[in-house]
Amino acid sequence: MSEANLVLDHVEEHGAGVMEQSPFAIPSSKLVMWLFIISDACTFGAILFAYGYIRNSAADWPLVFESASIWNSLLMTAILVSTSLTVLFALKAAQSNDRAGAFRWTMITAAGGVLFTLLHLREWMGLIHEGVRLFQNPWGAPMFGACFFSITGLHMAHVMGGVIALVVVGLGYRSGKYATRHVEIWSLYWHFVDLVWMFVVPLVYLLNMKR
Amino acid sequence: MSNPSTGSMKTTYIVYGAILAIAVIQIVAAIAMGPSLGRMLILAAIQAYLAVMFFMHLRDEKSTLRLALIPGTIFVLVMMNMIWADSFRLISLRPFAK
Repeated sequence: MSEANLVLDHVEEHGAGVMEQSPFAIPSSKLVMWLFIISDACTFGAILFAYGYIRNSAADWPLVFESASIWNSLLMTAILVSTSLTVLFALKAAQSNDRAGAFRWTMITAAGGVLFTLLHLREWMGLIHEGVRLFQNPWGAPMFGACFFSITGLHMAHVMGGVIALVVVGLGYRSGKYATRHVEIWSLYWHFVDLVWMFVVPLVYLLNMKR
Repeated sequence: MSNPSTGSMKTTYIVYGAILAIAVIQIVAAIAMGPSLGRMLILAAIQAYLAVMFFMHLRDEKSTLRLALIPGTIFVLVMMNMIWADSFRLISLRPFAK
């Protein structure tokens, strides 16, 4: 590798000039992912607070989720938490330079993400079939649909974004285009998606279950 | 700097089991006793803590990174709580106090 490439690699790895050290002893790309994660946490926080505001101020907020939906949400949780484990396996394999293993676990994680999305879409279709739309539903406060579809839709978009990123990084890591740190960065993102779901289930599903 | 390969996978499995167990407890408790916002938020916060510290390996990073990330995020989320007074006011459509 030429000296110029070494310098570029150093700059990319530490995110600063060659004379300056990374402030937190992590690659700048990883720091950027952490910063993205906290800003995205605030985005989800804001949308959940907005949902809370609307729910609180509506006198006839509908409680719609049957036990089937609640158990379905538990199944989705189990799938998502399990994919957090499989992405850790991918990272462990990448850190051992096991390119085939890292690729395999990354693809398994992505498949889990797709399965999660399919289960969620089934939930969406069930609600749409019952007459829930963005600004109307058969039971009560018309904003229920807007809140439910926006929160879960934003989360689903994150899941599908993560699936695409994991497939790209998995393929790139297998071919040698990407390094271990890329797998690590996207595993951070994937854990964050999992983390958000831990708040969506109680606030969106459990709080709105039929009693 | 994090390096999960040197960490114990046993801890990871325990954390995985704990997060799943909390998810089950949360749902069973909600069905049996009715959903309680406070209880559910505490359980979700425990799940989030486990995921951030053990899955995302934030506990293995420098303490300065933890200090740079966590307090600021919590501060922003806490400050969002100022909306509640207005949302309760809307239930009975009372005008603002003069």
